[in-house]
Amino acid sequence: MSAPFLIIPCSGIGKSFGTISREATYRVVEDLKKGETDTICLSLLVMGDKDARRSVKSHGCIAIDGCPNECAKRNLELADAKLVANFGVVDVLRKNKNLKPKDVTFLDEDGLKLAQILAKKIALKVDELNHRGGVS
Amino acid sequence: MSAVNIGVVSCSGECCIEGTISRIATRFVLEKLRPNETATICLPLFSIGEEGERMFAKNFPTIAVDGCEKRCAQHAIEKFSGKTAISLLVSDLLKKWNAKNMGSRRELTNEGKEAALKVAEEIVSSMNDIYALSG
Repeated sequence: MSAPFLIIPCSGIGKSFGTISREATYRVVEDLKKGETDTICLSLLVMGDKDARRSVKSHGCIAIDGCPNECAKRNLELADAKLVANFGVVDVLRKNKNLKPKDVTFLDEDGLKLAQILAKKIALKVDELNHRGGVS
Repeated sequence: MSAVNIGVVSCSGECCIEGTISRIATRFVLEKLRPNETATICLPLFSIGEEGERMFAKNFPTIAVDGCEKRCAQHAIEKFSGKTAISLLVSDLLKKWNAKNMGSRRELTNEGKEAALKVAEEIVSSMNDIYALSG
């Protein structure tokens, strides 16, 4: 895994927020910051996979959480990851109260808009971290 | 039909299309096929959750739905909560069905959505087996 930053979304399945965290992650790793970022399955960390644990210790990690349980951030902390930033879908939603995502399985228009807003914020953070000299 | 809820827990599977199919199949069961009999939990809550989350597999007979052979859902459930009742491996099912042109981890094609629905039907079949065994 050569990309310097790992973007790790929560694995939320019950509400649209988890789906938004994943969609934002894909927009960053496949579009906005392709080649500079990658992702891994959070569940690999949860079950203690050795390669996943090694990866999160050797790359700057950005946690993307759907809800206040902060599963991504807290599981990264448990794995002693190099956590360099974290974002919450709920925080983005608070600042965009006109958007009301409802669908969970396949995002509706408001869910996709929130994912795009969040993806741009994550991409800006990657720029900022790179500007500071990347991850030590 | 039994009033007992059955747990269905999918791997997070962000890295591969099999993970996406696992999650979407689980959502199909929750939303469409068995909405009143299915309970789920976000997988990472097992490791950071409270006693309530850890009791999940003890409270509900639980089906693990895993995208790949690493079987994160099954292993996490059994590590943190309790024994799984049934474990489904989506990569094996897709191979058996010779499923093709399913899209990507980010977006399924119509063929991918059809494959997810077939996985959802496998989950429902497993739920029926659990009901049959529990009398």
